[in-house]
Parts: sequence; structure tokens; C-alpha cells
Amino acid sequence: MEGAVAVDDMRFLLLVLILPFAGSAIAAFLPQRGRDVAASLTGLNAIAGATIIASFYPVVSAGEVARLEMAWLPTLGLNLTLRLDGFTWLFAMLVLVIGALVSLYARYYMAPTDPVPRFFAFLQAFTGAMLGIVLSGNLIQIAFFWELTGLFSFLLIGYWHHNQSARDGARMALIVTGAGGVCLLLGLMLLGRAAGSYDVDAVLAARTAIQNDAAYLPALILILLGAFTKSAQVPFHFWLPHAMAAPTPVSAYLHSATLVKAGIFLLILLWPVLAGTESWFLIVTSVGLATLLVGAWSAIFQQDLKGLLAYSTISHLGLITLLLGLGSPLGAVAAIFHTVNHATFKASLFMAVGIIDRETGTRDLRLLSGLVRFMPITATLAMVAAAAMAGVPLLNGFLSKEMFLAEALQTHSGTVIDVALPYLATLASMFSVLYSVRFIHQTFFGPAPSGLRHEPREAPPWIRLPIEILVVTCLLVGVLPALTIGPFLATAVGSVLGESAPAYSLAVWHGFTVPLLMSFVALLGGLALYILFSAQLNATEQPPFIGRLKGRRTFEAVLAAIVQAARALLRWLGTKRLQVQLRLVILAALVAGTLPFLRFGYSRGPLPDTLIDPIFGLLWILGGACAIAAAALAKFHRLVALVLLGGAGLATCISFIWLSAPDLALTQLLVEIVTLVLLLLGLRWLPQRLPDIWPAGSKPGTVGFRRGGDLLIALLGGAGMAALAYAMMTRPLPGSLSRYYVEQAYPGGGGTNVVNVILVDFRAFDTLGEITVLAIVALTVFTLLRRFRPAPESIQMPAQQHRQNAFDDAREGHKRGDTLVHYLLVPRAIIQWLFPVILMFAIYLLMRGHDLPGGGFAGGITASIAIILLYIANGTRAVEATLQVVPVRWISAGLLCASGMGLAALAFGYPFLTSHSRYLAIPWIGDIPLATALIFDIGVFAVVVGTTVLILIAIAHQSIRAPRAKPVNAAPSTSVGEPV
Amino acid sequence: MEIVLALAIGVLTASGLWLIFRPRTFQVILGLSLLSYAVNLFILAAGRLRSDAPPIVGRDPASADPALYADPLPQALVLTAIVISFATTALLLVVLLASRGLTGTDHVDGEDGEA
Repeated sequence: MEGAVAVDDMRFLLLVLILPFAGSAIAAFLPQRGRDVAASLTGLNAIAGATIIASFYPVVSAGEVARLEMAWLPTLGLNLTLRLDGFTWLFAMLVLVIGALVSLYARYYMAPTDPVPRFFAFLQAFTGAMLGIVLSGNLIQIAFFWELTGLFSFLLIGYWHHNQSARDGARMALIVTGAGGVCLLLGLMLLGRAAGSYDVDAVLAARTAIQNDAAYLPALILILLGAFTKSAQVPFHFWLPHAMAAPTPVSAYLHSATLVKAGIFLLILLWPVLAGTESWFLIVTSVGLATLLVGAWSAIFQQDLKGLLAYSTISHLGLITLLLGLGSPLGAVAAIFHTVNHATFKASLFMAVGIIDRETGTRDLRLLSGLVRFMPITATLAMVAAAAMAGVPLLNGFLSKEMFLAEALQTHSGTVIDVALPYLATLASMFSVLYSVRFIHQTFFGPAPSGLRHEPREAPPWIRLPIEILVVTCLLVGVLPALTIGPFLATAVGSVLGESAPAYSLAVWHGFTVPLLMSFVALLGGLALYILFSAQLNATEQPPFIGRLKGRRTFEAVLAAIVQAARALLRWLGTKRLQVQLRLVILAALVAGTLPFLRFGYSRGPLPDTLIDPIFGLLWILGGACAIAAAALAKFHRLVALVLLGGAGLATCISFIWLSAPDLALTQLLVEIVTLVLLLLGLRWLPQRLPDIWPAGSKPGTVGFRRGGDLLIALLGGAGMAALAYAMMTRPLPGSLSRYYVEQAYPGGGGTNVVNVILVDFRAFDTLGEITVLAIVALTVFTLLRRFRPAPESIQMPAQQHRQNAFDDAREGHKRGDTLVHYLLVPRAIIQWLFPVILMFAIYLLMRGHDLPGGGFAGGITASIAIILLYIANGTRAVEATLQVVPVRWISAGLLCASGMGLAALAFGYPFLTSHSRYLAIPWIGDIPLATALIFDIGVFAVVVGTTVLILIAIAHQSIRAPRAKPVNAAPSTSVGEPV
Repeated sequence: MEIVLALAIGVLTASGLWLIFRPRTFQVILGLSLLSYAVNLFILAAGRLRSDAPPIVGRDPASADPALYADPLPQALVLTAIVISFATTALLLVVLLASRGLTGTDHVDGEDGEA
């Protein structure tokens, strides 16, 4: 231990949180035989964490809160905040120390055949999540780590996933606590709203505001739902016994100091702001009381040792909840104290049961007997721990139980609960004595067990060490409470209760008091009950009265009902038909677009219309006609529709020029060309359209109805867009970022073409994303086409090629393909000559883009058009015999170039993608802009060239490739990725 | 001018919507192209209509007056949209071709229901 040195550097808190997750990541990759390494790593990590936390003790014992804040989303008020006060200090120590002991125990418990490194990976990650809850200084952060504990506990409980009950138990725990987690998140959000901050310290200071807020009750109920599901309170307790399918070290950890205590932790943490109201008292006290009794009653009738401990855990959790529910400061003190005590004795009991299970092969109380002869040390340890659980004097359990009994005698609300509480508390304590005695007596005393696989032996020392440490702690705290736990408890109590911290005395002997009498009644009564009924207890299979209430059955019924309902809903509302889905999407958009107009009315804006230029009007009469005709003809006249689409595109393009957007017009025109080539290549693989699938006169009425409906939606959508556009255009332009861009384009970006400067400089990061999307699309297209299987009727050569071949066959001195070659002779000659010119033009567009219309996008498409033209004129094979275009390399070079330019800025100490600009004067040519943004634009250029060429060539290749269906007598298949 | 452009956007949208409701893949591709024209014009119109004022500034600071130029921001948005829409058209086309090869039909649902 580093000792009590105050650590000023709060970043150590972050280290405590990071250590387990880092350790988890390392353990996950250890080999199967690395279990010693994994266990040592886990143990040492926990000890290191505990050392750091311990070194904070001087800070927290002075009543201060150690805080670490790191900005995460400051605009949303979300920061990574870690805090440590007296109470969380105690809890973090508990989590870490018991974590270290459990890792030592697990090292010897787990069989070498199990995937042990994975176990330790999960265990550490779980520890990290638990510490996250404890150390979080922000409510949302708590909810996050809360869910994380649920996730890792799922993995831990289901660790032996070959085991059906482990899988079921894990799933049940996940669903129950996960559903609670959702409630908790909502509740914490309400709480944060009421307090005006999500920061825990701010929330803790806002008690009055919270309790007077209208959202107090819903927030309380939601938070309690989260805490109760996690802490296995009635009626959500049923998941805990099923979680016993986990390996015993997991049970020892999850059900003593961690998982189930997370709910208790939260209740204590928020106790100062939530407790003290009538609703808190009624809900928390009655749930705690019910859990205390149900748990204790059920524990009596368990035949499985772990089942007994599970129900006893539920009962003790109920006791703590009950104490918190009372709302009195002394109750809170007792709750904190009992939380620590329960963790120590329950962890040691689980570990002892694990040893018994390993040595005898059974956990059935009816089969076990007389083990004290074979394992005296383990037996002694288990007996001391069980005595602590029963509340025997001189052990820690006795002290907190005394506090509980004393508190039960006080008047809190004047309701019937006050009257009944002393009796019910004594009764529950009596049950607790009864099951503890039953556990000890039946396991360790009596005749030697029969029918065991082999004779049980004493456990090896290393596996006993954690139990010994815990049991000695129980004893020391029980005998000398004020010297051992006293100061730490006082610090914890001080941080929770602040000035209202009550006076309490931690002593074994308070004189002859009523609580002492109740304790003795419970002890003697429990013993007597055991003597009277032990035989009957062994004969029962389920607890009387409540045995029929099977939480599991209800859970499964609810789950099945939810699944059924979801399926029914899907059948009722869902569809796999694209047309229906698209109609719904558009209808929803129509409704969403219409609603504001219905509410606020429709009006044109104040701006006067600009004068209509008749030529612009004519342009759109033509453009609109093209669009409508394309829509009408797309089904039966694809080529015509394609040309008409081009007409509409051209009208758009001219509008761009008209409306002062030369860059757009240029790019649109070029993209029109490549899109046309693309669709023409695609036409080859589409089936011939039959005139109509409905023979004359037999068209069903529904078809006409549906088409009419579609037409109506389309017309409404069009009218809506027109109206919206008109309303928008007649209103003045609100101020926007554009002002900054125009003003800074030259001084800041070093270019005069504002659009291009925005793309490659101001918003270069967006553009980087966009060219990445382009690259991904191109690779996807390429990959999809590698395994392309055309429909059988499309594999045949098109009719025109048949005719050409027949013509070539019939002519003297002709060979196949000559007609095509002759036919394209003139275009080919022209394109051969034009090819370098177009490339030059592409580079010119690229270079001047920063100052004048052009840029990487336009230049890139131009260059790819040059290549495509070459392919069209010469044929795929002829081009590839001479020219090797490797588009994948273009794409990767472009991406490297663009992101490399961005990274270079980092090297000079500027943010990613900062650009630098200057002009270089070259004789005869003049000033050329040399912004580093040009390098970025070259990257864009390369990606666009690569993408366009890759897509088009990949589709073009399908025609010369051997169809998979018919591999004989066809050209060898080529792929674009590698040059042929 | 505003009314003409608004009507143009409306006609393009209506034609595009009609086509994307149709069952044949080729129709859907054309429909999406028409819709993208409409949307691009709409975004451009969000910067309001200016003729003869391309956003190409001079080198002296006095010329960098935003009032002199058409709004460059929608133009930058549309420019990348044009290129991306080519890529998505290509992807859609290839997916539909592959689907046609696998299912034997060019119906959007991969099975020939009603027309």
C-alpha cells in the first residue's frame, strides 16, 4: 500500500477506471494455457486500483469530493466526470478488494479445461463497469455503466454456455435488469431535468427543487424500478436464483459486493435527495419488507446450497432496502454498514460452497453430511461466516442487524408498518438463523456422506486464503468495530448524510436493550424451529404458500406474449413489398409537409417575382415535357425514355448556368454523359418487355385503382414541392454561413472560385467523406459484378450482333467483327486524336478549379469520359491490349493523396486538412494557384476517375465475359482489378 | 422566374414519384434520376435566384461582397450531390441487375406479382 498520501492528481481516478478494461482486453487475447497470467493480471490490477483508491482516503476523509472532469460534449452539458467521496470510496474499495480475492479464488476454482483467460477478461470488464457506476459523477454516465454491468454479467453468468440453464439464467438476468436499466435511464433524465443538471454533486445539492418538482414521483418510480430489478427485489427477484448457473466465483462476486449491490448503491447515493417523502417511504419500505420476508422464507426450503445463499442474498438485499426506505439517518447508517458486512460474509460463504461443490460433486443439502471430518478448516470458516449471516454476537452481521432491529422499533410514519415492523423483523431474523443453522448442520455434521464419487479432502491453502481473509475481517469487525470499520464508516456516512449524520455507537455491548432481546428471541427461535422441523424441511420441494408463484413462469409467459404480439404486429403492419413501402414513405412525407401549412396557412413571401425570361419558360416547357414523357414511356420504350431523361437533365443543366452556378452546370453535363453510358450498358441485361401482362380486356379493376392512386400521390407530391419551392423562393434569404465563405474565399482559402474553395478547403472533411463513399460504392459495384450471373435469356448475343456476324460470314474476305470495325472507323480515328485533348482539358479543369469553374470532380469525370470514349470506339479488348487502366489504384492513390494532405497539416501543427496557398508565376503561362488544397483536389480527381472508370468498365466487361451458366466456347473471363 | 422554376421542380418531382412507384427496376432508376434533378434544383433555389452572378470573387478585398454573388453554399452541396447520385444510380443498377440474374425477373420485389 502506498499509505495515506493524498494524491493531488485526479487523473489517477481515470486510471482506476481504465485499468480493468485494459486488463480485460489483454486477458481476452491470452492463450488457453495463460490462466496464471490472466489471474495474476486480474488480481494485480484490482490491487493496484485499490491502492490508488486507498491513497485518496485523506482527501475524502476530510469531507472533500475528489473530482475529475473531462470535456466530452460540453455543448450538451455532457462531460466525462469522475468523483470520489467517502461513500463511493468505501464502495470502490469493496468492489476492488473482493475483486482481487475472487480472482485468486477463481484461479484455483476454474478447471484448466475451461477457457479461463476469457473468464478473467469478462470478470475484469465487469469490475470496470461496476467501478464506472461507483465513480461516475454524471447521471447519464451512471446509466451507461449500469447497462455495461448488465452486459458483462450476462457474459459471466452464461460463461458455461454449453449449459442450457446457464444460457437461460444469463438471458433472464439480462432482460430483467436491462428492462430496469431503461427505466433507470428515463428516471435519471427526469431527475436531471428537475435538478437542472446531470452532475451528481449538483443533483445532490438540489433536494428541495427535486422533491417539489412535478416529475418527482415518475422519476422516483422509474429510478426505483431500475434499482429494484438490479437488486433483485420482489417481484423482480426471480432472476437471481437462476443466475446461480454461473461459475461460483462469479456468484461470489456478483451477489456479494457488485451487481446486485449496484441497485443498493444507487439508492444510497440518491438517498439524500429522494428519500424522506411519503411515496419513498411507502414504496421502498414495503418492497424491502416483502423482499426480506419472501427471501428468508424461500431460503429455508432450498435444497441446493447455492439456492439457499441466493435467497438469503435476496432477503438481505430486502433488509438493506427496507432500512433505506425508512428514511431516517440511522436507517441509512445501518444500510451502509450492512452492505459492507453482507458483502464480506456472503462472498466467503459462496466461496466455501464452491469448495464443497468441487470436493463432493454435489450441492444438495440432503446428500451432504458430516463434512467437518474431511475439511475441518473450510468447515470452520463456513461456520463463522454463516454465524455472521445469522447475526451471532461478536461477528459483523450481528452489529448491523442490531442497528436494524433498533431502527425497526422506531416510529417512522404512524402507519401499520410501524406497528408490525418489530415483529416482522424478528421473524425474518429467526428465518435467517434457521437457514444458517440448517446449512451448517446438514453440511458439516452428522454421519459421513454416502454415495459421493470420491472421498472429499481439505481444500488447498491458496483457494482457502480469500475465505480466510474475509472471515477474519468478519471477526475483527465483529469484535472491534470502532477500531476497524469505524473511521471508514464514519467517512462514508458523513459524505451521504452531511450535517444530518446522526450519532451512533459501534459497540458490541450496549447493555440489555430491546434489540438485544429481539436478537436472542431470533437466535433461540431459529434454533428451536430447526430442531422441530428439520426433517420436514428436507422433504419439501418448494416453499409453502409462495412456492406456486413462479416468477420464472410469469417471465416466460410475458416474454412469449411480447414475441407473439410483435409477430402479429409485423404480419398486420409489415410488408416486404417495395412499392408499398415507398408509397408509405412518400405519404408520410406528404403528411409531414402538409401539416405546417394546415396550421399556419400558405402564403407567398414578400419578395417580388423576378421577370420571367420567355426562353427560360420555353426551356422548362421542353424539360417538363421530357420528364413527363420519360415517366410515361419508361416501361415499354426504355431507350426513348433514357433520351428523354437526358432532355430533362439538359434543362436542369441550362438552369444551373442561368442561375449563376457554372460549376454545377459543368459537372451536371459531364455526369449526364457517364450516367447515359452506364444505363445504356445496363439495358443489355434487362428482360424484353412484353406488351402487357394483362391480355386485352382482362385487366383487373384493382390495377387501375392502384395506378390511379399512385398518380394521385405523385401529383400531390409534385404540387407540394412546387408550392413549397415557390413559398421559399419568394422569401428573403436568412443570413447563413455563405457570407463568411465569400469573404474568406480568397484571403483564407487562396482561391476565387468560392464553390471550389468550400469543397476543398472550408468543408474539405465533408468532401473527404464523399470521395470515400464514392470509393466504397465503386468497390461494391465491382465486387457485386464479379459474381454476376445474368438471366439465361440475356446471355445470348443481342440480335444486332447476330445480324452483323451473319453479314460478315456471308461476305468474301470478311471475318467476324469486321462490320463493327468498319462502321466505327471514322469515330475511332477522331477519338484517337481527341483522347489527349480531352485529357488535357481534364487537367486544365482540375488546375484552374480553385479560381474558375472546374475542379477535381469535373476534371475527374472528364478524364474518365476520355477513357470511356476510347473503350466505345475501339472495343474493350482492343483498348486493354494497349492501355492498362487500373482503377483500383487510382482510387487508393486518390484517397491517400487527399488524406495525406490532411495529415501533412498535422505535421506542421495545424488541424487536419488545413490548407496553405500561394501563387507561382511561370513564364508564358502566368500565375498558377499552388494551394495545398490543389493536392487535395488531385486526390478528388483521382478517386473520381477511378470510381467512374471502375464502375463503367466492370459493367462493360460483363458482355465479353464467359457467362457462368455456359462456360464453353467463350472468351476468357477478365476482371478489372488486374490488368489483362 | 420563380414560378417557372417552382413548376419545373413540381413536374420533375411528380414524374419521378410516379416512376418510383412502378414495379419495374428500370422505371425506378429513371424515377430516382428525375427526383434527384428536382431535389438539386430545389437546394439551389434555397440560395434564391440570381442571374449573371456566379460566385467567383476577385482578388481584391472589395470584391468579396456577398451581395454581389449568388449563394455559393447550396452550390457546393449540390455539386457533391450530383457526383454521389451518379454513384448511387450505378450501385442501384448493379444491385438490380444482380437481382434480375438471381431471380429471373426485373420486378422490384424479385418476384413477378401483378404489373
